[in-house]
Amino acid sequence: MRYEAPETVERASALLADSAGEARILAGGTDLLVQMRSDIVDPALIVDIKRIAETRWITEEPGGGWRIGAAVTGAELKEHARLKQVWPGVVEAANLIGSTQVQGRATLGGNLCNGSPAADSVPALIAAGAVATLAGPQGRRDLPVEDVMLGPRKLALGKGEFVVSFGLPPRPPRSSDAYLRFIPRTEMDIAVVGAGVSLTVDASGTITEARVSLGAVAPRVLLVREAAAAIVGSRLDRVAQDRLEAAARAACTPIDDKRGTVEFRIQIAGVLARRTALIALDRARTQ
Amino acid sequence: MAKHHIETTVNGDAVEFLCETEETLLDVLRDTLHLTGSKEGCASGDCGACSVTLDGRLVCACLVLGCEVGGRRIETIEGMAEGEALHPLQTKFLEHAALQCGICTPGFLVASRALLERNPNPSETEIRYWLAGNLCRCTGYDKIVTAVKDAAVVMRKG
Ligand SMILES: Cc1cc2nc3c(=O)[nH]c(=O)nc-3n(C[C@H](O)[C@H](O)[C@H](O)COP(=O)(O)OP(=O)(O)OC[C@H]3O[C@@H](n4cnc5c(N)ncnc54)[C@H](O)[C@@H]3O)c2cc1C
Ligand code: FES
Ligand code: FES
Repeated sequence: MRYEAPETVERASALLADSAGEARILAGGTDLLVQMRSDIVDPALIVDIKRIAETRWITEEPGGGWRIGAAVTGAELKEHARLKQVWPGVVEAANLIGSTQVQGRATLGGNLCNGSPAADSVPALIAAGAVATLAGPQGRRDLPVEDVMLGPRKLALGKGEFVVSFGLPPRPPRSSDAYLRFIPRTEMDIAVVGAGVSLTVDASGTITEARVSLGAVAPRVLLVREAAAAIVGSRLDRVAQDRLEAAARAACTPIDDKRGTVEFRIQIAGVLARRTALIALDRARTQ
Repeated sequence: MAKHHIETTVNGDAVEFLCETEETLLDVLRDTLHLTGSKEGCASGDCGACSVTLDGRLVCACLVLGCEVGGRRIETIEGMAEGEALHPLQTKFLEHAALQCGICTPGFLVASRALLERNPNPSETEIRYWLAGNLCRCTGYDKIVTAVKDAAVVMRKG
């Protein structure tokens, strides 16, 4: 098994594109090493992207948007006070991934590209309107995060392509976000359902923009436009909350497994969507 | 394929070793460098028995490749006591009987030290969340949490 740690994006995508056997990106390794150990994957080439500077940066852009490197760790996100203030939902979702030790390594790029419908940071990124910047042999392109994953372990990346960074849009005043997941314990478990909500309110407290995303209730993480439409124009009164719950439930096509039945997941998706929206609203009013 | 030749720093000492790509940092520490204080409980990131710090960051050595650590700074349980003088965490783990079989102990000590370096006065909740990735099948955790709190008191007094 070959290991390379290139220092440029171009070199990394050339290595990936030219590999005859299976090639894998290594970011934090918290999924990849576990899968190699249990013989789920056996790559011929590992390309470690952590020595590429732009995969490791967090920058606030002049227009107010953010750029987060694909190989930034959960621990680094948590230590970024300003990012946490502007995008608390994205940071809290990333910080739910695993233990302190896992946080020291786990990345947003890895969480997305591992291709799990239950990945915790993905609903928060989708709700945030995050765009993944991909690099490949043909150059760079941007893809909304909701379009990166096609199904379990299936991504829309071409041969030689990988995620370099994520872009988060500029934030109007009175905007915020939140992420909640349901697990049967308080730490160290995989989401039964996850919900991310990002919204903006006007001076009167009416929601003017919203995005709602649900994880672990379908073969991929969903952007639920109907759920957002159910609350835009409202102040999230009881009627709007009920509409939100109904729209969230209607979008679910979950599986039955040991963590939860179809019925349970659909029920919880509504509850979490409502609770997450209420937290995001509360935060937005004070931003 | 030829082995990787890696030069790095372990507990302040310059170290070099050869490894295959698939060997983890834990394999290298235990089998090549014979630093067997870090334990393998699961090899999947779940138990924390292999906890070490990498450039000051707490990680599971079982989820790091040996070939990734060139030029980095690694701290293991072997670097915790200064000669015969135990670290306050080690003293307090003994005093409060915070271990039974001891397999989890090096991981708890390394993880607790990383916590106290960042937060000299953690609450019980903060200790429990920080240590949620360290599993212990023997103690029931209470004595570990007590030992960490008590060590924090000693360390704050300097
Ligand atoms: C004990 C433990 C607990 C965990 N708990 C959670 C949890 O609560 N919630 C959760 O969501 N996950 C959890 N995970 C899974 C894992 O930690 C996360 O999915 C993490 O974000 C993966 O990031 P990584 O950088 O370690 O990925 P890696 O293991 O480095 O990579 C994962 C996959 O993505 C590919 N990849 C990585 N980066 C890129 C990129 N930039 N471009 C293209 N492909 C890429 C890799 O080739 C690999 O196939 C847990 C894992 C462990 C070991
Ligand atoms: S051996 Fe590394 S976490 Fe269990
Ligand atoms: S003392 Fe035995 S596992 Fe913790």
